[in-house]
Amino acid sequence: MALDEFFVTGEPLIYAGMVSIALVSAAIIFLLTYFKRWGWLWREWLTTVDHKKIGIMYILSALVMLFRGGADALMMRMQLAFPSLEFLNAQHYNEIFTTHGTVMIIFMAMPFLIGLMNIIVPLQIGARDFAFPFVNALSFWSFFLGAMLFNISFVIGGSPDAGWTSYTPLAGAAMSPGPGQNFYLMGLQLSGIGTLATGINLMVTILKMRAPGMKLFHMPIFTWSTLVTCFIIVFAFPILTVALALLTIDRIFGSQFFTLTGEGLPMMWANLFWMWGHPEVYIVILPAFGIFSEVIATFAKKRLFGYSAMVWSMIIIALLSFIVWVHHFFTMGAGAFVNSVFSVSTMLIAVPTGVKIFNWLGTLYKSKIEFTVPMLWSLAFIPSFILGGVTGVMLGMAAADYQFHNSYFLVAHFHYVLIAGTVFACFAGLVYWYPKMFGHKMNERIGKWAFWLFLIGFHVCFFPQYFLGLDGMPRRLFVTNIAEWLPLNVISTVGAFGMGAGFAVFVFNIYYSYRYSEREKTGDAWGHGRTLEWSTTTPVPFYNFATVPYVDEIDPYVRMKEEGKTTFDEKKLKPIHMPSYTGQPIIMMGFLAFASFALIFEWIPLAIVGLLLAVGSMIYRSFDYDDGYYVPVDEIKRTERKARGL
Amino acid sequence: MKSKPLPKWLGLLPLSLIVFLSGCGQMTVLNPKGPVAQSQYDLIMYSLWFMLGIIVVVFALFAYMIIKYRDRPGRKDSDYDPNLHGNTMIEIVWTVIPIIIVTLLSIPTVTTLFDLEKPPVTENQTTEEPLVIHATTADWKWFFSYPEQDIETVNYLHIPTDRPIEFKLTSADAMTALWIPALGGQKYNMAGMMTKLYLQADEVGVYDGRNSNFNGEGFAFQTFKVHAEEEEDFNAWVEEIQTESPELTQEQYDELLKPGLTEKTAFSSTHLDYVKHHTNEGMGYTIENFRELYDAKLHLYPEDIERQETFD
Amino acid sequence: MAAEELKSGPLEYRSQEGRMGILGFWIFLGAEVVLFATLFATYAVLFGRTADAPAPSELFQSGVGMTLVMTFLLLTSSFTCGIAVHEMRKGNAKGLATWLIITLVLGLGFLGLEIYEFNHYVHEGATLPSSAYWSAFFVLAGTHGLHVTLGIGWAICLLIQLKQRGLTNVTSRKFFVVSLYWHFLDVIWIFIFTGIYLTGMVL
Repeated sequence: MALDEFFVTGEPLIYAGMVSIALVSAAIIFLLTYFKRWGWLWREWLTTVDHKKIGIMYILSALVMLFRGGADALMMRMQLAFPSLEFLNAQHYNEIFTTHGTVMIIFMAMPFLIGLMNIIVPLQIGARDFAFPFVNALSFWSFFLGAMLFNISFVIGGSPDAGWTSYTPLAGAAMSPGPGQNFYLMGLQLSGIGTLATGINLMVTILKMRAPGMKLFHMPIFTWSTLVTCFIIVFAFPILTVALALLTIDRIFGSQFFTLTGEGLPMMWANLFWMWGHPEVYIVILPAFGIFSEVIATFAKKRLFGYSAMVWSMIIIALLSFIVWVHHFFTMGAGAFVNSVFSVSTMLIAVPTGVKIFNWLGTLYKSKIEFTVPMLWSLAFIPSFILGGVTGVMLGMAAADYQFHNSYFLVAHFHYVLIAGTVFACFAGLVYWYPKMFGHKMNERIGKWAFWLFLIGFHVCFFPQYFLGLDGMPRRLFVTNIAEWLPLNVISTVGAFGMGAGFAVFVFNIYYSYRYSEREKTGDAWGHGRTLEWSTTTPVPFYNFATVPYVDEIDPYVRMKEEGKTTFDEKKLKPIHMPSYTGQPIIMMGFLAFASFALIFEWIPLAIVGLLLAVGSMIYRSFDYDDGYYVPVDEIKRTERKARGL
Repeated sequence: MKSKPLPKWLGLLPLSLIVFLSGCGQMTVLNPKGPVAQSQYDLIMYSLWFMLGIIVVVFALFAYMIIKYRDRPGRKDSDYDPNLHGNTMIEIVWTVIPIIIVTLLSIPTVTTLFDLEKPPVTENQTTEEPLVIHATTADWKWFFSYPEQDIETVNYLHIPTDRPIEFKLTSADAMTALWIPALGGQKYNMAGMMTKLYLQADEVGVYDGRNSNFNGEGFAFQTFKVHAEEEEDFNAWVEEIQTESPELTQEQYDELLKPGLTEKTAFSSTHLDYVKHHTNEGMGYTIENFRELYDAKLHLYPEDIERQETFD
Repeated sequence: MAAEELKSGPLEYRSQEGRMGILGFWIFLGAEVVLFATLFATYAVLFGRTADAPAPSELFQSGVGMTLVMTFLLLTSSFTCGIAVHEMRKGNAKGLATWLIITLVLGLGFLGLEIYEFNHYVHEGATLPSSAYWSAFFVLAGTHGLHVTLGIGWAICLLIQLKQRGLTNVTSRKFFVVSLYWHFLDVIWIFIFTGIYLTGMVL
């Protein structure tokens, strides 16, 4: 393969991208070398199995991905508001909306939430780490390397351009030759392994490692949402694994699953994709519901209203999520009966969701609301999400969907639920738990700026799109070529830049708070913590809990505070068993990423070498009987006394 | 800390309603020109009232909660009950009401779904017998074949008013969708399949039609105009095509199937005898013959589309 | 974490790690069920889409003897694997090793026959790219075969570890988990045998 085929050429924007990647990489390498931080990076981060550090790495990567997906979005908005600028051509636009969708769902929303779960869930249930810390590190590196593999496509080999849904036959080898679609397939496959492993890992952690006395119906609601989400992950992700594998085999080894030749069946891809894809939507929304529940209860200073109804509605949503996939293609002509069934099942999801909304309102009833930044994000979620939810029901009405499908009405709907739901929750959760992670709060004043900019930008951006859809503007259109569509598109673009500004202020706040925020002295940073994560000191010691409290109620930390109990009971101290850090996860996943990269370019011998190396490292792991170490009681005493100022 | 009331932006809501209501008249989907679009419009409007009701109730409750229960000086102590955590009666009420709403929405949805599978029936129809048109797509163009009239048009469509049209949809390559928002909702065109879509125009006019399902580089260009005209005018147009347009040879059709953009044309015969894209045997026809052509890029910029959009 | 160590009960369940590992593996098997279910669904949907390739009924009818032998080998290996775990529970490391080796030999026999069978079909003109149906067949049966291969390699690693370390909480947990995996593959094969070969013969 010639070098000019390997690198993407001919696009000034992409050359700029290459230059900035090269500069940033050089800067990072220089800084690490100059400050002699390579060893630190390896010992403290790359080899870590500590759930808190892995969580932080997840969130950092997700923020970078949010930046990348957001940059894609702004480029699209530029193009649609100013068609005469000749900013992007059709091909480039297609690549950008494809990567925007994929990055935002797979490499931003999910890792962000998984990052928060990583840090918070063990703390909420009184565990010292995940059930399988090694596997947790493996999951992170599979996600991270999968994301990098996908992201590098725009400078090497060419980006995928068939949409994040990658419908066949368009995405098949015949109509989309070259490595672009392979990047999509292998990037998702690699990170999918990690997601599945995380699902199993968290499920076992929650089922087996809860504090003594804590029954399932004593668990904090975010932990419940995580458990339900893991259930969806375990039963939905294998479908994606198979779908991606079949399309990969189609493209690279010539099988005929989704082809137009050999009696293949391209429509099967849409079915498989959405059998995973619809549950996936709930994988990113249920944890968001959990976060809102925690934040609203905390700053309403009141117990969550209807706890069991909240839990059961999540379980029902999870079950329903597996039987609605056809609503993504009512227009495929499956017939009135099939469409009716899926129409009704889709609309039924509105019932448990409605129950949740009313329970949040019930939590606010007779409360004392404090408008902190996480609370603002959570409160803004309720009315914003309603606008997305009701249009979701309208889309669920199959006969009407024939008019909404593939239009900007749909685009507006899913951005309303995914941004007002998931993205608001990511921001709310990050700001809320920020003191627990980093030992200081984010600045509230700057945080409010970010919030209002983003919120107003969001509505200005997406509300007009409902009307564009009703006026017949299809999604994925690279140019606004009907004069009536232009004004609303311009408004939408203004809103998008408002959101961009909000995000920039948010990121600035991270820097500002790092420099100037007051350091935390207590573990209960907001003063109203209700659950166990607030009972540890800040920063959280690497073993989390010196002694794990006995729990037999919802919101145990409220009573602990009343009774003056802490997680440091000197009489009950015992040595704590902890897992050792290891470089194996990053190396193992590095080999797999190498194999995936080779497969993308169809260099089969190299792919086999990578695969053999990965298998070899797994065998090495099997023979490695390192079962961790014990933290002696003296060290625990010293750490806790220092942290608690005793 | 100073507490701020949240609902500043709630002021946007009435504003948006005004925008919405004033826009209804012009927006294509809400301005139906035929019985199919009309039935979908009715369903949308019916659901919209429920949705507005839900929005009003939730927004009102939300505003009430965050104004009344914000942490402010001078609040009554009886307004704070930190241990209130449920009320079975009210929880049942707000579970049952959504179920009722879903039921009320389901009934017209299902009946409309079944109606849409049949040709529409209206009072002033000239004939209830549908006119059959095969709508076939190839990257990035439309073929409309009229088997009874034995004519075929490329990238434009003529239909008689007040008569149901039965579209038989299929594709020569990627999956696409036929969407004429003024006349009704869309359905997919798929190679190896044939889907059926009934539409009808009640009013004479020129409507926009397009492929609404993304299928690659030329997607934005795959549009067409629908000329709905009185029966006599339609018949005259058919006769003109039959007498004045050339026949469509297989070589010409093959040439047209190659990925790329094409001008409007018409032929006095159809491609239906050459290849049946909706069958297992015919679905790979284009790929098998022109596979190497899909690698090429057209480099289409916004300026290219102006030329394409100069219909009529 | 390794806190409460039980003094009685099966070795593999005594430590918290052991219990968690086994639960985690059960959940993983749940995910594997979904994976194979998806492949079976794909196969069912593509059944009959043979294009110009030979129909499955011709090939399966002539090869039914061999698939029966394969079924017999794998079912027996599941039985011997059960005996191996039984020996492990009795604390008999040697019995465990012997029966597990027998299991692996049977598994290798199965694999050998499967490779021979695939080779035969390819010679008859039914290959991975020849039609949607044959793609689905080779990928479904091949995924199962790949799982068997991995299982054999995995069990060999464990046998070496048994020799190095003897029966401990950790090694017994590993053997127990590999036995779950092996039984699972047996169950999948029963579905493949009835769902693909027997059904394919008559339809």
